[in-house]
Amino acid sequence: MSNDGPSSPSPALKPAHEVIYRHTLAVRVTHWINLFCITLLLMSGLQIFNAHPRLYWGQYGADADKAFIEMMATGADPDHPIGVTRIAGHAFTTTGFLGASAGDDHTIVPRGFPRWATLPSFQDLAVGRRWHFALAWLFVINGLAYLGFGLRNRHFSRDLAPTREQIKPSHILRDIWDHMRLKHPRGEAAKSYNVLQKLTYLIVIFVLLPLMILTGLTMSPGMDAVLPGLLNLFGGRQSARTIHFISANLIVLFVLVHVVEVLLAGVVNEIRSMITGRYVVPPEVSQ
Amino acid sequence: MSGIELPRPGFARPDFSRRGLITAGTLALGGVALSSCDQLSRSPGFLNKIGAAESVTLNVQRLLLSAKPLAREFSARDISPTFKANGSLMPSDDDYQAALSNGFRDWSLKVDGLVNRPLSISMAQLKAMPARTQITRHDCVEGWSAIAGWTGIQLGRVLQAAGLKPNARYVVFHCADDLEPSLDGSGRYYESIDLVDAFHPQTILAYAMNGQPLAVPHGAPIRLRVERQLGYKQAKYVMRIEVVDRFDKMGGGKGGFWEDRGYEWYAGI
Repeated sequence: MSNDGPSSPSPALKPAHEVIYRHTLAVRVTHWINLFCITLLLMSGLQIFNAHPRLYWGQYGADADKAFIEMMATGADPDHPIGVTRIAGHAFTTTGFLGASAGDDHTIVPRGFPRWATLPSFQDLAVGRRWHFALAWLFVINGLAYLGFGLRNRHFSRDLAPTREQIKPSHILRDIWDHMRLKHPRGEAAKSYNVLQKLTYLIVIFVLLPLMILTGLTMSPGMDAVLPGLLNLFGGRQSARTIHFISANLIVLFVLVHVVEVLLAGVVNEIRSMITGRYVVPPEVSQ
Repeated sequence: MSGIELPRPGFARPDFSRRGLITAGTLALGGVALSSCDQLSRSPGFLNKIGAAESVTLNVQRLLLSAKPLAREFSARDISPTFKANGSLMPSDDDYQAALSNGFRDWSLKVDGLVNRPLSISMAQLKAMPARTQITRHDCVEGWSAIAGWTGIQLGRVLQAAGLKPNARYVVFHCADDLEPSLDGSGRYYESIDLVDAFHPQTILAYAMNGQPLAVPHGAPIRLRVERQLGYKQAKYVMRIEVVDRFDKMGGGKGGFWEDRGYEWYAGI
């Protein structure tokens, strides 16, 4: 598969550009389908959220109940609403972004998340739900395909499980230090994922994404009858809705860091490796 | 992405103009993609296509719900301090107002359509039938939930009393409220469920809420409780129950007020 043969005895004899086969076809295809699904699931999810931009903890929660996070429009002048976001009792003015932002005719109107963040951009809960539930099926099927291929070709144990060396505290600390200095591995070390990368991927794949599915199912009154344990697991439908929202935010955070890392590590090489599978190993820098 | 020509591996060097080009191209592609999503969101044909997910969800949930599990029933201390009243709060219909003014004493629920014995059941008769009380969670499609106790007669008993004809498939609930003012009656609230939900033990015609007679904002004299589905299925101000074999010629053809406005007929999710 890859041409990462025995390393040359002398750095001078190393080929200028060593190319390895980094990502299997299954990883590449499911990666891009996943990107498509998560982008549109996020945006249609924000459309659904906008129908009631308040989050609660527990079995129930509606207008008269205490919200844990809420976005609202206030102000004496209804033509110029002020967007306010309240998190655990702390209020922030967020006009233009959260609570109140440009509507269909570009005047400021009450809105949880702004037009550019929602699918569709205009307010339509029914259409947002259609997108969300159609994509949720695609997302789940794609995720199961990824897990199936990953187990079959040992993707998880080979590429994602940290090695014994990697989980030593000294190694993890050095890796954190390297990340803080934006220092990226080169040569031999660049051929596999570093420990922070591995742990992050494992958390996203085995914690955050399954959490999205389970908390999503807990919001379904039909599924609550099928699996009543879901309500116990998350402490109620409204808690599940809050966890769904927080978990989605953590996935956005992951994507932002992921994209920044791709830009820093070499955008052409990284994106190509996720399209063709081939990755140019950054050569060792002579000390 | 496929439109971007990628350089050969041998030429992969940090190249800021190319990096800028890719970033700009990705953003532009993203922008085009999202505005086409908006276009698609306005296309009834496309919405019908992605609406196919609804029948997948319905079939999967029906399979999972084939053992007829109950929706969770809560205890009295879990009841919401305030139960948000949504939709119509006071039907303006003349007949409704007349019935309300004498406390629904002369009012009766009509049961007709594909039944062997059309019925007209008074409030006194309804309350004389065996009642079921359940403390359940009401989930609005908007995202909020409220818990209340409901007392009423199981719909299955009413349908058994009327006797279903062999071609009966759906039960339609005709309501007294116009949620959207209209001259042609298209704003009149109605809902429909299939026989699986109609005969579920928790599907009741509720006449009391939290031990009190059902108040007008919550659907007096009776409202449907079809637990395991969202709030818009819980029709308030039910005046007439019609058993049908199809609902595509009724109202907007989608089986309910909100369904005619784009929401799923199966609201189990």
